[in-house]
Order: sequence, then structure tokens, then C-alpha cells
Amino acid sequence: MSQTCWNCGIAVSARFCEQCKALQPPAHDFFEFFGLSRQLALDVKDLEKRFYGLSRQLHPDLFSRKPAREQEYALEASAVLNDAYRTLKDPVSRALYVLKQEGFDIAEQGTKDVPPELLEEVFELNMALEELREGDADARAQLQPARLRFERMRDEIDAAMQLSFAAWHAGNERAKLDDVRGQLNRRKYITNLIARTDEAHVSD
Amino acid sequence: MFQIEFDSPDSVVGIDLGTTNSLIACMKLTKPEVIPGEDGNRMVPSIVSLPPEGAPIVGNAARAELIDHPARTVYSVKRLMGRGVADVQEELKLFPFHIAEGSESVIRLVLGEKTLTPPEVSALILRQLKANAEAALGMPVTKAVITVPAYFNDAQRQATRDAGRIAGLDVLRLVNEPTAAALAYGLDKRKQGVIAVYDLGGGTFDISILRLHDGIFEVLATNGDTHLGGDDIDNRLLKIALEDVASEWGEDVSHYGEAVQTLRAAVIRAKEALSFALSATVDFTWHGKAYRREITRELFEGLIRDIVDRTLGPCRDCMKDADVTPEQIDEVVLVGGSTRIPMVRSAVEVLFRARPHTELNPDEVVALGAAVQAGILAGTVENQLLLDVTPLSLGIEIYGGVVSKIIHRNSTIPASAGETFTTGIDGQTNVLIHVVQGERELAKDCRSLARFDLKGIAPMPAGMARIEVRFLIDANGILHVTARDGRTGLEQSVEVKPTYGLTDEQVEAMIEASIDHAEEDYQAAQLAGARIDADAIMTATAKAQKNSAWLSLTDEERQAVTDAANRLQLAYHHEDHQIIRAQIDRLNEVTHSLAERMMNTAVNSALKGTHV
Repeated sequence: MSQTCWNCGIAVSARFCEQCKALQPPAHDFFEFFGLSRQLALDVKDLEKRFYGLSRQLHPDLFSRKPAREQEYALEASAVLNDAYRTLKDPVSRALYVLKQEGFDIAEQGTKDVPPELLEEVFELNMALEELREGDADARAQLQPARLRFERMRDEIDAAMQLSFAAWHAGNERAKLDDVRGQLNRRKYITNLIARTDEAHVSD
Repeated sequence: MFQIEFDSPDSVVGIDLGTTNSLIACMKLTKPEVIPGEDGNRMVPSIVSLPPEGAPIVGNAARAELIDHPARTVYSVKRLMGRGVADVQEELKLFPFHIAEGSESVIRLVLGEKTLTPPEVSALILRQLKANAEAALGMPVTKAVITVPAYFNDAQRQATRDAGRIAGLDVLRLVNEPTAAALAYGLDKRKQGVIAVYDLGGGTFDISILRLHDGIFEVLATNGDTHLGGDDIDNRLLKIALEDVASEWGEDVSHYGEAVQTLRAAVIRAKEALSFALSATVDFTWHGKAYRREITRELFEGLIRDIVDRTLGPCRDCMKDADVTPEQIDEVVLVGGSTRIPMVRSAVEVLFRARPHTELNPDEVVALGAAVQAGILAGTVENQLLLDVTPLSLGIEIYGGVVSKIIHRNSTIPASAGETFTTGIDGQTNVLIHVVQGERELAKDCRSLARFDLKGIAPMPAGMARIEVRFLIDANGILHVTARDGRTGLEQSVEVKPTYGLTDEQVEAMIEASIDHAEEDYQAAQLAGARIDADAIMTATAKAQKNSAWLSLTDEERQAVTDAANRLQLAYHHEDHQIIRAQIDRLNEVTHSLAERMMNTAVNSALKGTHV
């Protein structure tokens, strides 16, 4: 946030200037924007309350009779607000955001982090999908149980991730973030598998 | 729930620019109201006709032109907004659009001697609405909220905004039609809840699911089809009727524009009647031959079932995206004239397991909601806020023609995304970014939006440049792109090449042209007004000269009146309305004492009358 108000020039530390009430340029850190500390475990109900409250203050509709510069800030602030809410309300995108802010490279991962037990699952799934493509309708019977297994794995990862979130909250140890990162990679792999079984189901 | 200021001079109007009909509305005290035209009609048919000479004809008057001069008249132009000729091949088979060469990125419609783009035709409709509002409100109207189908893409939205600008309107906001309808309904309704809005208009279908939260209308998801509407039903009926006529008469009339438009009007009348009656007749006469066919509702429903069914898939997808089940939906709102069809209503009822709202006129509810949004922007409606979403994902084309999505569909707008680009070869000084909209994996299957050319990059080895690009979708659903050099932090120039639509320069030229015409139109109206007033006063003077009061004037007074009347007679055919006005004023002045005496005489005789 800038040091002095763009409109009246007095020192500002809040979203709106205390003297002239003009909206200031927004903070770009998602947690800072909501007035929160960087955290993995987050009260989503509280976040939603903050989101609605800030929307009532910042939406461009409320600035249509203000100077052009303030309209720009309202547009910018609302975009950050919506981006931040969308990112932080979902645990997976929130975790990715925290990792990025903590300096982790979160670029797309290959298959190298896939646990060995999954490789066999993937092999079986590929077989079933191949048979299905060749017109063997019996292979479909294998898809539903496979999907259920994947869903169970995803739920297990989600539970483990919640534990990692809490562990990081307790001590801010970087090693806990490594755990989160590994969990995110596995989770992504599994959601891809679920999507593939669904596609095979839909395409016939 | 909200307060209102009286007669704010800065009033903003709400406009529903529809495929079939257009409406204008504004806030009156605490309620939105549709403003009727001078003919008393609340809906202006979205039909424009260009006569060989004189002003364009818009609305009901143009309806007759559709039959008399089909080559000069256009309807359903909304279907062409923001599209190129390749997009509208289906439309061309069914609508009598005559398209000029060079319509790849903007369609050019041939109307008589002139060629107009869809935004220019829409601007003529907007102008008519604006004039209606100005006449009714007695003040200039310059600011507006215009509604668009929720499923409109960036180019279609830009085209709508361009139309507003060409019509001389400052378009403060584009609002999605279903969301506007929810605003109109939500005025004094529940504080919390989930609403589904099913909007089957003339040419487009939208479904939106919203959550209400103490005055905040938060759109959870939207879906739709910009090629589906009542027009499709009309075209289906028309096609069958044409075949039927051909087999009965042994003559195919489908090549006669006049016959087709007459038959089209007849099937639309039958369609509308079938919403209230169990059977209706299509009556058609042409060149002395008569065709008459009875249609039962059952037959009608069989003919349109697949069209109605096509709306259900988007509804299911929308519920899935909003993460709600039919049981969680508290209210269903119907919008658009086509929702009067009983079969549509029952399909909606079955799908959402709720009886839909029909208290508000489905033709007017969008315009009413636009007026509420106009009130929000003007500051007269408080404590209500719309949080809408972008209907389509925004992506950039990466290698192999694959799309990398940067803003996902159903994201609350304004929304933004940042991407960093670099150069691929040594010394490269510009980077081209292709932006698309849509859900498909390959860029060629998505809607091309624009190419952004990042220019003026300092030459350096490949991969060293860092250009940070920010993509921002504003509250209108329109994309803005800015870029800066990641090393210097300096703003980077971005040249936009829109794939579809008009460039800023083209819009500016059209605004210029329309201002010229506006001045001509204004002069013509002033002249006509002055002549009407001149006729009135000359008739009154001639009549007064036969009154007994005339003889009570002095010779000089009588001479002055006669002179002034003669001068007005001479000025009458002058092209400058001010010259006519000056003579009217002069005649008014010299007939003043005559008028007074006539009044006294009238009063005296009236008084005498009462004493008898």
C-alpha cells in the first residue's frame, strides 16, 4: 500500500484514506488483502464473511460517480478480492498459493512423484480403457471400482494434507511444506485418473 | 430495503436490447418502470428499415416494411453481433440477411443502397429507445445500462457496447440478462436463498444460478446457448408451413421475401395463440390464394420438443458447476417471451422440481432489472450488489495450438490473471499472444478473441526478457490487457488486433457520422415542429378574423395582424426553423389583444347565459 494518499497527500495505512475517504491502490498479497496472516488451515466461513463485506466496499458499481483514477483502483481491488477469495477458499489452490509465496517452484510436475502403488493402478486403468476403446464393453465393469479406489485415495490425501496444514501452522517448519507439496502432486495425479475414468464413461 | 432520491438530473436508464423486442426502463421512486414509446407501446420491435430517403424507420412502423420492403429491412440483428460471416452460415439459411463482401471480422449488412454493421443497426434501435425516454422524461438521456445474454462472449459484448457509443450513450455497465431478471424479482424478496433464472429469449438461451445474501446477488454459475431461442421455433414452423403451402398450391413461395414474411407473421400468431388455446390456425393469403391450417397444441409440442430439450443440458451443467442439486434451488424465475409456452414451463418445473415465478411480465423483467442496476450505479438504489461471473474460460494459445486456461469460467468478475512471457530467439523485440475464449483444449476449437502484440522489447538473448502480462476481465465481462517489463517495471506497449468486431477508429468514425446525422435529424424535427405550430396559429388567426371581436380592433391593429400572417405565410417554406419561429412569435404578439377581446366576449356571453 502506498505511503501517502494519491488524492489528498496525507499519510495512509488503510484501504481508504482517513481524511478524504479515497480508495487507495490495493495490496496484491491475497492474505494481506483479507487482513489475514499467511496460513494453510483457514476458516472458510470467516473468509466468506470477509469477502461479502469487502465486496460491499470495493465493487466498481459503487464507484461509478468517482474520479477515473479511483474507478481504476476499485476495478483493480475487486479483481484482487475475487482472485484472492477464489484461491483461498479451496484448500488445494490455497496450498499452491502458499507454496508459491514461500518460494517453491510449483510448475507442472511429471510422473516422478507418483508412488509405486499407483503405477500398478495406472497400468490397470490404461488396460481397461484400451479394451473399452476396442469395443469390449465388459471392461466398463472395471471402471467403477477403479474410480471408487481413486476417490478413496484422494480422500486419504486430503486428510493427510489437513494434518500437514496444522503441523505447519504449529511451527512454520519448511519441511512441512515439502510434505504438502508431495501431497499436492499425488492428489493432482489421482484427480487426473478420476477425470479419465469419467471421460471414458461419458464418451460412450 | 433501499432509498431513492427524487428526479436525479444524472439519471441512468436500463435497456434490454433484445433479439425480437427492445425496451427501456428507469427507476421511478422505488420501483423500476418501463417507458412506453409515443405510440404507447412498451416494446419496440428490434426491426430497422432504411427508406431510400429520410430517417431510418425503427420498431412497429418497420414491421410493415418487413413485408413491403424486405430488402431494406432487418430483424434479429442481435444474432450477428460480434460475429464474422463464417459464424453465421446457419443464420443465413434461415434469415433474409444480405451480406456484403469483406464480412470476415465484422458483418456488413446490405440494406438498400447502404451497408451497415450490426452495431450500427443496433444503435438505430437504441436511438429510438433513447428518444422515447427523452420524450417521456422531458430531459436528455446520456447514460445507460444495457443487458446482454449471460453467455455472450467478449466480441459480442464489445459489439453491444459499441452500439451504445454509436447511439450517443455512455454505457456504464453491460449486465447479464438473467442476472438483471433476478434483480427485478429480488426487490423485496427473500434475504437468503438460491435462485435459478431460465431465460429463453428470441435468439438466445441463458441459465444462471444465483445465491442471495442480504442484498448481494452472487452468480454461482451460468450456461447457455447463443444460438437458441424463439426464432428457432418460428423458423421450424415457417419451414413446415412453406412445405405445406408448396404441396397444397403446387407452388414454392419461399423465394418471395414478401410471401415468406407474411407467412412468418402468421405462424408466429399461431404460436402465440397456442400458449393460451389448445389449437390455433395459420391463415395465409397471397396473390389471391388462401392457405389455412389448424395446429393443435399437441402437434406443436411434437414439433418443438427437441428445441425445448436443448435447453435442459445447459441447465444440468449449470447446476453441476454451481454445485447445487434441484432440491437446493429455492426459486425459479422465467424470462423471455418463449417461456409462455406451456411445454417450456412444464419442462422447467420437472427439471428444477419447483413451480416457476411468473408474476412479472417475462418480456419486461430484464429491462426492469437493468433499471435497478442503473439505480445502483446512480447511487439511488442502495444495499444491493450484483456479483456476476464470466461465462467462458479465458486462455492463451501455447505451443502445438494448445490452450492454457488462465481465468476459468464461472469466476466472479472482475477477475484477473498474470502471466510472464519471454522471447524465443536472440534479439527478438516483440511477442505475439493469441487470446481465446472457450472450454476446448485446442485454440482452433475455441473462440479467437484477439492477438496482442507486445512491442518494443529491448534486444537480448533468447529467454532473458521477462514481460509480465496482466489479463483483467472487468465487471462488464470485457477483457483488458496490460503489460510491463519485469526487469525495468516500465509499462510495455500492447497493440490489440481484435479477431471479430470493430476497431476503436471505426467506432469513432461511426460516432462522428451519427452525430452528423443526429444534427440533421434534430433540424428536421425542429422544422416539422415549427410548421405544425405555424399551421395552428394561422388557422386560429383566420378563424378569429371572422369573430365579432375582429371588428372591435383599430385599423392599425387589424393591419398589423394581416401583415404578420402574410409574413408567416412567406416564411413557412423556409428551411430554417428559426425564421418560421420568429414570424410565429411576431403573429402571436400582434394577435394578443385580439385574443384577449375574444376571451372577454366569450366570458360575457357565458355570463349572460347563466343569467337567463
